[in-house]
Amino acid sequence: MPNTSDTIVIRRGLLSRIPANLELGGVIMAALVLVVVIPVLNVLAPAGSALHISDFSINLYGKYLCYAILAISVDLLWGYTGLLSLGQCMFFTLGGYALGMYLMLMIGKLGQYHSDLPDFMVFLGYPRLPSHWVPFRHFWFAAAAVVWVPGLVAMVFGYLAFRSRIRGVYFSILTQALTYASCLMFFRNDFTFGGNNGLTDFKFIVGYDLRSPATQRVLYLCTCLLLFATYGACKWLTRTKFGKVQRAVRDSENRVLFSGYATANFKLFVFVLAAVIASVAGALYVPQVGIINPSEMAADKSLEAVVWVAVGGRGTLIGPVIGAIGVNALKSWATRAYPDLWLLILGSLFIFIVLFLPGGIVSLPARIASWRRARKGGPSA
Amino acid sequence: MKPEIILTVEDVNKEFDGFKAITNLNFYLDRGELRVIIGPNGAGKSTFFDLLTGRTKPDTGRIVFGRSTDLTSLNEFEINRLGIGRKFQTPSVYVDHTVFENLLLSLKGPRGVFAALFHRTTAAQRSRIDELLGLIRLGPKRDLRAGQLAHGEKQWLEIGMLLAQDPQVLLVDEPAAGMTDEETHRTGELLISLSGKHSLIVVEHDMTFVKQIAQDRKVTVLHQGTLLCEGRFEEVQANPRVREVYLGRGKAHK
Repeated sequence: MPNTSDTIVIRRGLLSRIPANLELGGVIMAALVLVVVIPVLNVLAPAGSALHISDFSINLYGKYLCYAILAISVDLLWGYTGLLSLGQCMFFTLGGYALGMYLMLMIGKLGQYHSDLPDFMVFLGYPRLPSHWVPFRHFWFAAAAVVWVPGLVAMVFGYLAFRSRIRGVYFSILTQALTYASCLMFFRNDFTFGGNNGLTDFKFIVGYDLRSPATQRVLYLCTCLLLFATYGACKWLTRTKFGKVQRAVRDSENRVLFSGYATANFKLFVFVLAAVIASVAGALYVPQVGIINPSEMAADKSLEAVVWVAVGGRGTLIGPVIGAIGVNALKSWATRAYPDLWLLILGSLFIFIVLFLPGGIVSLPARIASWRRARKGGPSA
Repeated sequence: MKPEIILTVEDVNKEFDGFKAITNLNFYLDRGELRVIIGPNGAGKSTFFDLLTGRTKPDTGRIVFGRSTDLTSLNEFEINRLGIGRKFQTPSVYVDHTVFENLLLSLKGPRGVFAALFHRTTAAQRSRIDELLGLIRLGPKRDLRAGQLAHGEKQWLEIGMLLAQDPQVLLVDEPAAGMTDEETHRTGELLISLSGKHSLIVVEHDMTFVKQIAQDRKVTVLHQGTLLCEGRFEEVQANPRVREVYLGRGKAHK
């Protein structure tokens, strides 16, 4: 088989290197802004003042940060291991559903039909709660399911795919097919997850009112915490020998295989880890957005996540975060200002980045520096 | 005393979609031997290496490592762990890693996921890498990314990576490709110095280089997937059939 993975995954030497002190400084700054400045301005700055950050904004930022965590998981596969997964949103959505089931059962009799059953079950004529829903009354069970359900799906799919040595575009197509199939399945009413409406109308999480700004603030802070924890854990991972093997698999899988490493096991580990990260992000997304439905795992959603990573800069850990927040902020603005043009803007952005800035936004400082050097050196030479 | 045989290949056949890549091949390698394989393009040299390293499986025949280890039922990494290392035709190094890291990843040791997660480089490993860096003369470039090395240096690095695994058998595919005459000569000296402690099979096109490393050793000529003849370099060169299929095409002047 020709080496298809090289052509779509990484063109050599495009990976940007961020100076370590710059990255550390950036992360500390970001932590200060996200964890301290934004919540403080939300609580203390009087509404109407220029400094005030509304509850709506906090909610929106929380959503962006969930996407940022999802983007890190995409990059862990694509930028670091050379596995372009086009189905990462499936795991994100599975996590969302796992927690969403718990949130549905916490509505209690406050739903439209004042029944113990979730509204859609009454509407569809379920006599009682399906047995696989029952344990989701417990938060701890739902939280565990957020980890093990996507982890198990990823392990089975990854085991089969990697054992069969599926690589490059073939792997990408399979992951896309997986998320598509799963999306179709969740669209069905008899799949017991609410069909195309999904799960919504949440009221409480571990006893706290989801509609109160204070609860939303805590969820936002939890998302910040998860983002930094994910960043830290991935940073550690890339520095271990495991991380080195991971990048070696990306650059020359045969060399790794012929050096005695069972590359399939390494890829499987990363695939499962990325699935769990995406899933936890999805679980935090749902109580902040208030709804989860199958369109979240539609094929184009995962592609969008790949665009975030490409725009921010793959093969780095802060690139995906910058890309996810940047592109989604752009999306929030563009879908209001030019609703019809959003897809064109997104497409053009992707093409522009691929053609002119293959290292993404994070490669800009190095580019500018080398351009300056060239300009300085130019006339004197 | 007859030396021990480390690799036995008997009656091996391999077909790809009707194309006979290897036909009734018999081949024996002694422990500590340095064997050169020559043959025109398409003679089956790469397929032969693929069969030895588990990349492809023979249709029929036996491939045995040492006394009794059957290689046909093992895959690439299992065969590598037994102690058979392979250098590819086009230098295959980790371009994004430094020279040091390339060697570190190749060092003999545990290969599992969790061993890699909690690995700590020991002083002994560092000194072994220093030793290898000296041997392949890349000491001053240890912190350079492998992608920045010259072609010949990459070849050397890959040889170093092979040695880091401390294999019993080294399969070396066209090590001198892209090297200057002086580098080629040094490569030849290195390979000769490895024989005895390691067993080597070297596939090569460059006849000056073949002559240098073959000396009085046995040379094997492959043609259309089968063994054309074996013998000392001069004998092989004088063989009329070899001249016809190979040297007659002017490859000797390469």
